Amino acid sequence: MNTSVASHAPDQAAPQGWLEGFRCVFQRDLRIALRRRTDSLAAVVFFVMVVSLFPLGVGPEPALLRTMAPGVVWVAALLACTLPLARLFADDLQDGTLEQLLLSSHPLPLLVLGKIAAHWCGSVLLLVLVSPLLALQFDLSASSTGLLLLTLLVGTPVLSLVGAIGAALTLGLRGGGVLMSLLTLPLVIPVLIFGAGAVEAHSAGLGVAGHFSLLGALLLLSLFAAPLVTSAALRISME
Amino acid sequence: MSTGLALNQVSCVRGGRTLFSGLNLQLSAGRLLRVAGANGAGKTSLLRLMCGLLSPTEGQVLWRGQPLAAQREQWGRDLVYLGHAAALKDDLSPLDNLLTACTLGGQAANRTGALQALVDAGLRGFERTPARRLSQGQRRRCGLARLVLARSAPLWVLDEPFNALDTAATAWLEGLIRAQLLRGGSVVLTSHQGVALDDTPHQVLGL
Repeated sequence: MNTSVASHAPDQAAPQGWLEGFRCVFQRDLRIALRRRTDSLAAVVFFVMVVSLFPLGVGPEPALLRTMAPGVVWVAALLACTLPLARLFADDLQDGTLEQLLLSSHPLPLLVLGKIAAHWCGSVLLLVLVSPLLALQFDLSASSTGLLLLTLLVGTPVLSLVGAIGAALTLGLRGGGVLMSLLTLPLVIPVLIFGAGAVEAHSAGLGVAGHFSLLGALLLLSLFAAPLVTSAALRISME
Repeated sequence: MSTGLALNQVSCVRGGRTLFSGLNLQLSAGRLLRVAGANGAGKTSLLRLMCGLLSPTEGQVLWRGQPLAAQREQWGRDLVYLGHAAALKDDLSPLDNLLTACTLGGQAANRTGALQALVDAGLRGFERTPARRLSQGQRRRCGLARLVLARSAPLWVLDEPFNALDTAATAWLEGLIRAQLLRGGSVVLTSHQGVALDDTPHQVLGL
């Protein structure tokens, strides 16, 4: 997401000093993610496991598997993205660095965007890159596999952005993880529909431009709104 | 219009319990404020309220005559808040932690300055050790090292800064606070014990 952030986020028009806060948080969180790789790997392993269970469960019927593939991969990606997101702000709350973010001299939405971007690069990107291998299990054609990868690249940042709102709202609550999934999963249903829908449309020989336009619109909307909403939610949660 | 931090008729209710109400306070430049009180009296809540992390149930907190929410970015540069936790990332070294904290706080920090600050804090040889391997006192020192680099911030709010510190570190911190007061900066701190800073111009607020 770092490339899309650089081109779309409001921070580009802002003076250099504003980008500094984004970069600082992004680098810090990415470095932490690289030092505790088990957390990111757990999400990927979960993703691989869930997707692999389906061919075993429904039997080796190639036509059936091909039809199911986009939906299965997308649902699994949705769940695997939401799992680690519950901890997005929890560690920062515990060690006191979240208070420092709130008291920073940089705008909080940009710092939040930095955290989300680092989370996406640290744990979701790997999951997206693994997906073509999983598509092989479902006998998807090469072009469909490529398209699936593309929809995941555009769609999963939306999951991270919307999930961050849920993570901020449920911060410090007992059972926050479950509550957060219940809050955010309904909100990302459009991403699932258009993401999986694009691959299905392609397999049926239809155009996919409409699906991608809508996915892109969702990405832009969440890129703009989610950091603002998350910041407000964080300030409320910290009271 | 006041120059420093001002609390106007501030009340704080937490969990249905009134911690304090009708609190008025004016902290001018070059003064130390020590908040005293028993456990659970609301010292930390008062400090968080002064920083704007908590909004008062009634009343206003003003910095230079303006509400905090109206000047968040300037406020972020003017304030250094060190809370109960040392605000360290366990996976990063003290050096990385310090540089990040300074960048976020809007204080100019370079590697040389940060390394020197850590040496001042008595962490020579630990600059690149992951923070998880530091002792409680060393973690505290690492958090406090930020004060060395935060000379330009006019207000320091420190929650129990003397906790877990040995005598040498206590003397070092007292020196830092004295220097801040001499520069014309203000310091708010909580402490269970009477502090050796009572000879400086100070106020005590009992909760």
